[in-house]
Amino acid sequence: MSLISVRHLTRTFDVSKPWLNRVIERRKKAFLTAVSEVDFNVEAQTTYALVGESGSGKSTIGRMLVGLLTPTSGDVEINGVNLASETDAAKIDHIRSDIQMIFQDPFASLNPRWRVRDIIVEPVAARGGDTTGLAEKLLEQVGLSALDAGKFPHEFSGGQRQRICIARALSSEPKLIVCDEPTSALDVSVQAQVLNLMSDLKDNFGLTYVLISHDLTVVRHMADRIGVLYLGRLVEEAAPEDLFNNTKHPYTQMLLEAAPRMDGFGREAKLPEGEIPDPINPPSGCAFNPRCPLAVERCRTERPKMRDIGNTRVACHLAE
Amino acid sequence: MSDPVLSIRNLCVEIPTRAGIVRPVDSVSYDIAAGEILGVVGESGAGKSMAGNAVIGLLNPPARIASGEIWLNGKRIDTLKGDAMRRLCGKHIGMVFQDPLTSLNPLLSIGDQLTETMLTHLDISREDARKRAIAALEEVGIPGAAERIDSYPHEFSGGMRQRVVIALALCAEPSLVIADEPTTALDVSVQAQIIALLKRLCRNRGTAVMLITHDMGVIAEAADRVAVMYAGRLAELGSVRDVLTAPRHPYTHGLMASTPLASAGQPRLHQIEGAMPRLTAIPEGCPFNPRCERAADKCRQAPAPRIVDGQAACWFPRVAEEAS
Amino acid sequence: MTDTSHKSDAEIIAPKLAEKSRLRVFLDSDIFYAFRRSPVAVVSTVVVLILVLSAVFAPLVAPTNPFDPSSLNLMNGFSSPMQPNAFTGDTFLLGTDDQGRDVFSTILYGMRVSLFVGVAAVLLAMVLGITLGLISGYVGGWTETIIMRVADVQLTFPSILIAMLIFGVAKGFTPVEYRDQMAIWVLILAIGLSDWVQFARVVRGATLVEKRKEYVEAARLIGRTPFAIMLRHILPNVLSPVLVIATISLALAIIAEATLSFLGVGAPATQPSLGTLIRIGQGYLFSGEWWILLFPAVTLLMLALSVNLLGDWLRDALNPRLR
Repeated sequence: MSLISVRHLTRTFDVSKPWLNRVIERRKKAFLTAVSEVDFNVEAQTTYALVGESGSGKSTIGRMLVGLLTPTSGDVEINGVNLASETDAAKIDHIRSDIQMIFQDPFASLNPRWRVRDIIVEPVAARGGDTTGLAEKLLEQVGLSALDAGKFPHEFSGGQRQRICIARALSSEPKLIVCDEPTSALDVSVQAQVLNLMSDLKDNFGLTYVLISHDLTVVRHMADRIGVLYLGRLVEEAAPEDLFNNTKHPYTQMLLEAAPRMDGFGREAKLPEGEIPDPINPPSGCAFNPRCPLAVERCRTERPKMRDIGNTRVACHLAE
Repeated sequence: MSDPVLSIRNLCVEIPTRAGIVRPVDSVSYDIAAGEILGVVGESGAGKSMAGNAVIGLLNPPARIASGEIWLNGKRIDTLKGDAMRRLCGKHIGMVFQDPLTSLNPLLSIGDQLTETMLTHLDISREDARKRAIAALEEVGIPGAAERIDSYPHEFSGGMRQRVVIALALCAEPSLVIADEPTTALDVSVQAQIIALLKRLCRNRGTAVMLITHDMGVIAEAADRVAVMYAGRLAELGSVRDVLTAPRHPYTHGLMASTPLASAGQPRLHQIEGAMPRLTAIPEGCPFNPRCERAADKCRQAPAPRIVDGQAACWFPRVAEEAS
Repeated sequence: MTDTSHKSDAEIIAPKLAEKSRLRVFLDSDIFYAFRRSPVAVVSTVVVLILVLSAVFAPLVAPTNPFDPSSLNLMNGFSSPMQPNAFTGDTFLLGTDDQGRDVFSTILYGMRVSLFVGVAAVLLAMVLGITLGLISGYVGGWTETIIMRVADVQLTFPSILIAMLIFGVAKGFTPVEYRDQMAIWVLILAIGLSDWVQFARVVRGATLVEKRKEYVEAARLIGRTPFAIMLRHILPNVLSPVLVIATISLALAIIAEATLSFLGVGAPATQPSLGTLIRIGQGYLFSGEWWILLFPAVTLLMLALSVNLLGDWLRDALNPRLR
């Protein structure tokens, strides 16, 4: 059985103006569909990456996986337990302690008034567990010194803070860590250190990662399976070698083409058409159709279903 | 080769702090020729933006230029003050920042901002300025430029705003454009569009560009030459192909190798141990020596050699054969 | 990452030493550094400290106890400052009032009342404002709407008016024989209730910012209760603006108390505050006994001004954008 199973996951946000403005300006309520009918499975002890541009819903999915947001419809099951509908409090608590998250901004994700020790052991302390020496042990595991436990977050650089975040995530001995853009605020050389650390920890502790990123190169390096999101929809899912070498969806192709390359000296890239549409009024049919060079009439009217082509899942009428 | 548009000589920027004077930019020299894009690359705190700000006189006090010279079109500009500096910068230097909203006035329509800039610096009539503004917006790829010229900045998407900023930066026909992380806030697909636009316009007009970024990929695709900075100093300067394919400085080499792309297929990424030193604690000798695999006694004692184009500030540079 | 995004460059490197105490952290902090370099801040702190200490230790500092009838001598009435009294030959530093009470002593005792009322009223306003601000910021929805609309309505009235209203209503409920005893507490209640709004607004605003930060999400993820998150995570991070407002509010509360007492609806003559002293003194101003009015007034001015200057400095020091 998969560790995570996501079925028809949908999340809408009410982005309406206050009711008085709506009455005066005669506007209807406005809803933004951040995630729409997303399905995927994550196997235990693998890294599943969600990649997409801004507004693709990747962070919203991450927050629903860990229970920070509830789905509007659809299910998230972790180890067979649905956090949103489960009523057994003990079961929920047990699952929650198996899930942790690493956030994007290492400057906002640590409480500036707490000592590092208290930050790291909070997940354990909150459940009344024994925390003696725990912070020191974890700090050494993430490559910092045990002496750092008594310091405050502002005494550390961005990369070191991200290590502290990782130590905090590890303290409750989770099975699953959702990493939301863990290195996008870091410099390249620091990013390499943090990614290596994440790989090592995964092997040592048998962790499962859901890695959320906009950076295709990071995703390619880390992931066992990659889901590409566009405007809240999963458009393609494949293993890295298939996704990069045998790309099925035109959006993925566009992304790969547009990403800057280290060897692209003076390259005249085939430029992407247009920009990401307004998610409040997404295009009908396939969300990518206005920018798609291959779009036909069917793409404008009928939303493509996820189809299996070999080991790749793709939502495109024309892919083969 | 003709005279460079911008020439920086031994530029030092100092900031007095509680812990003594720090030097975010230390003895930096480089030139940019007309129509050339110089990529200035480095990690946070490398001083790359500070050097750009020094050129346009935008250093926030107490930061100041301590020594060195900045020449623009054969005229020394680091000694200019206040009004003279502003006038010169407005006319000869265009700026593109990371966040387009900081360079656009939210209360003026983009048409007004473009025409005002042109009227201040060019000798043309208001009607001409408006016509040229529309043409400029068309040139940067804004659909329906004639209708949208009276729109306000918030009515544009992020990518479109950055296009407007580029139009604004180029409308007074400057000889130099400083683009500081112009695409960092943008999505990959829009980034490609903006980089291509900047490249095309500057090449066509013969504008010199200082492209400040942390992204090696952007440098590779856009720049002609590249200046790699580390701890406020130049680590390496040379043509983009040379520097990226056969880096001489161990730092450049490590930086290139630590990108996930360069390590494709390997389970671990190449790692440079440690982190860039804080400005208050830059090591003696070569600032990179504590993190460098090649460091010898000389590196810990003597400051790294000063460099010219095609060299690395290193006592023991890598030679071409070594390059992976 | 750009050079300008975070201030890590300018921060001082942290040597790997043993754990620093909170005091050490404070002494090394930027704020303490800025404090030492600001003459205004240092001088006003010294003035506040002198005034507060002499008020707290008034029984030790004051030459006489002005409220002990046995020590009073009516013959000493209206002595000029530093001049020997014509009848008794006693000399008083700042003169005496109509009943022969030493003005210097009455000021010290009066300052006690003023400071006590001011501090207690600010504490009340602070507790009320922080609680309501935290709840409305963190919980949101209808709770927030109700709390903040009440605050808005209260803001449309001058706070001194509200204090007078509360004072009047509360006085109406107190039995006559307890009125003088209760007056001080009623005063605290009146000023405190008229002043909570700005605390609530600032705390709510800061809470809205903090609750979006990822460390709060991390705590929610662990399953911490909203109460624990508000108290342990958000509260410590919204306290610096509260500190600024509390200081400035203290100056305003002292003045508000003086105003009420001056108007005769505040501290009773048996427990006079600086405001009461000024009210008593103004009756003698034009008959030549200027010192009865002047010295309490100057003390009030010094107290309020130095507390206010300290608050202004704190605000600038804690908010670098204003500099």
